[in-house]
Formats: sequence, structure tokens, C-alpha cells
Amino acid sequence: MSAQPNFGAKRIVVGAHYGMRDWLSQRVTAVLMALFTVVLLVQLLLPGPLGYDRWAGIFAAQWMKVLTFVVIVSLAWHAWVGVRDIWMDYVKPVGVRLALQVFTIVWLVGCAGWSVQVLWRL
Amino acid sequence: MSTTRRPRPVHRNIHVSQIISYRLPPAGIVSILHRISGAMMFLLLPFVIWLFDTSVTSEVSYERFTSAFIAGIGFVPAWLVKLTVLALIWGYLHHFIAGVRHLWMDATHSVTKEQGHSSAIVTLVLSVLLTLALGAKLFGLY
Repeated sequence: MSAQPNFGAKRIVVGAHYGMRDWLSQRVTAVLMALFTVVLLVQLLLPGPLGYDRWAGIFAAQWMKVLTFVVIVSLAWHAWVGVRDIWMDYVKPVGVRLALQVFTIVWLVGCAGWSVQVLWRL
Repeated sequence: MSTTRRPRPVHRNIHVSQIISYRLPPAGIVSILHRISGAMMFLLLPFVIWLFDTSVTSEVSYERFTSAFIAGIGFVPAWLVKLTVLALIWGYLHHFIAGVRHLWMDATHSVTKEQGHSSAIVTLVLSVLLTLALGAKLFGLY
């Protein structure tokens, strides 16, 4: 903090950088998901027949489980920022917006939980 | 100070009913499709996880996964499964390419009108071409 007074009439009420945090987290999670896509594609395009054994084998490796888990969390976070932007743009009544945001969180947390369960019982 | 007030300019948001008559440049089309594809993938997340679940859990569930594309699943016919997956393929490709375009603009500050225009056209063409190529494979054309 600078030596400038930050209280009373001089209090800074803008520039809390919430927007910066959302902007940056959406990009960082996007890069992680893009890298995951490349890693998965490389494994799929390796020579050999692609059936259940190879497909399940890709996700059976522990490092792939950890990477997939990171991507599940990234996706939920990324989608939260994006879907919340949609509600903030188009839905003005505060009550409806709150209900939709709660639905979004429930939806994303539920989906993340289900996919982690699928991943770690392999 | 003059006593006659000049009317101040009024800028209103466009109404839903006016959307059709507005000319949207390619960058605007990429932008709204980025949003539509993201919302669609958000709503179809349970279907994606179902695909992941059945394809990866066991050989028995893998059979159910593959037969969903041939014989359908439950009350859902196979063509609807394939069409939904095709929509997901397009959504993923468009969202991916438009996202890389965003990152590219952030990293290189390439924000001139011309670059925005040409990169938007590249995004639209590339995502549609890749969707057609993968869609042809999905529907067994090759």
C-alpha cells in the first residue's frame, strides 16, 4: 500500500482486481486444458489398435490420473468464470441471478465429483 | 450558460428482437459462438462424463458405450447420440481455437482491426473444416 490515505472520502473503491483474478485464472486453466488435450491426443495417435484396453490404460497411469484431476478442477473453475459472466450479462434480477449461480456451482461441483469417482476407481 | 438545452445523445443496448437486423463482423460471430459453445458444453457436462464413465470403467460398460453409437441407449436413438457428440466436437474445436486466438492476442498485443478480422475468419473456417472431417468419421463416411 502506498502512503496515500485510503480512508474516508479518499478511500479507493475501485481497482480491487477481482476482474484481473478472473481473467488470469480463466487463461491459466485454459492453457492447462489445452496441454491436457495435446497429451491425450499424442497417446491416442500412437500406433496400434485402439480398444478398451488401451483407452482405459491411458487413464490407469498414476501421472495421467493426477493430470486429469488437475484438468477437472481447471474445467470447473474455468466454466464457473464463464457461466457467471453469462448470468451477469443477461440476468438482471438479483434473486434469479443468485439462484442461477447456485445452480451453476451445484452443477459443476457435482460433475467434478462424479468424474473424480470414475477416474479413481480405475 | 445557455438556457436552451441541447438534447443529449442516448445510447441504448440493443433489444433481443433487433439482433437479426444487426450486421455482426466475423470477430463478433466468433465471440458469440465462443459463448454459445461454452454454455452448450457446460450443459452437456453430465453426458460427457457418462461417455467417459462407460468408455473407461469396464469392458462390459465399454460395450454399452460403443452400442450407444450403433443401437442407441435407452429411449435415445443412435443418430441423436451421434448428433450430440458432433455438436460437442464442434463446440470443443470452436472454443479451443477461439481461446488460442484470445491467448495469441494477449501475448502479442495483435489487436488491430485487420488482424482481428483475419484471425476470426481463420477460427471459423478451421473449426468448421475440422468438425466436418471428424463428423464424417463419426458418421462412418470413411
